[in-house]
Amino acid sequence: MKIFIPTPLRVYVGKKDAVQVNAQTVGDALDALTSQHPDLKKHLFSDEGKLRAFVNVYLNDEDVRYLPEKEATSVTETDSLSIIPSIAGGC
Amino acid sequence: MLKLSESIYNALRTHGEETYPHECCGVLLGRSHEGVNEVEEAVRAGNMRTDSAHNRYSIAPQELVRIQRQGRERGLDIVGFYHSHPDHPAQWSKTDFAEAHWIGCSYVITAVEKGVARQTNSFLLTGTSEDDKSFEDETIQVEELVAGRC
Repeated sequence: MKIFIPTPLRVYVGKKDAVQVNAQTVGDALDALTSQHPDLKKHLFSDEGKLRAFVNVYLNDEDVRYLPEKEATSVTETDSLSIIPSIAGGC
Repeated sequence: MLKLSESIYNALRTHGEETYPHECCGVLLGRSHEGVNEVEEAVRAGNMRTDSAHNRYSIAPQELVRIQRQGRERGLDIVGFYHSHPDHPAQWSKTDFAEAHWIGCSYVITAVEKGVARQTNSFLLTGTSEDDKSFEDETIQVEELVAGRC
């Protein structure tokens, strides 16, 4: 499956906008991604191994945090993950 | 440097006037090369912070996914974001900084005073991680449309 990488993190994946991985679940896919590109890990995960609060992961158009099985959700070859850092602010 | 056409520049400022006294927000699609974020399209986004829209904005990640896909289909990347500061300077705030995570992207802010767009400034988010990120003032190059002659 394909994982789309946001512009700020492409420097850690050889400047690619997407990475192809083989995985059975969302969690496996993220593990495969950080195994292939270890420098990416600290930008996605806290020291406790949880996704950082401002990092959103979408399985197709669904936020993984709100899926019933979260990172244990099964994926197929035609699914895609999008890593989307939050965007917010204000005066 | 941020490069954009006059029409896009005006469009993001107008957006702030339309949503006044609330903050507007949107995404800048384009291409990044050699220190320049060149904008091809500004896409309006919804402000999720309906609880405090006069001084806060937030773009739904789901909307970003859609906009990113839209850009990808046209060979464009997310190169920045814009929002407005109603009756407040066009300067990044502590909140803007705390919530900025798209290193390498331009953050454009327009001060809208009593419904009229005033100063527009751009800030490049630099650094390598959350620990060393910082905003740098960035030049905005507005490319004027010159009418052709027959």
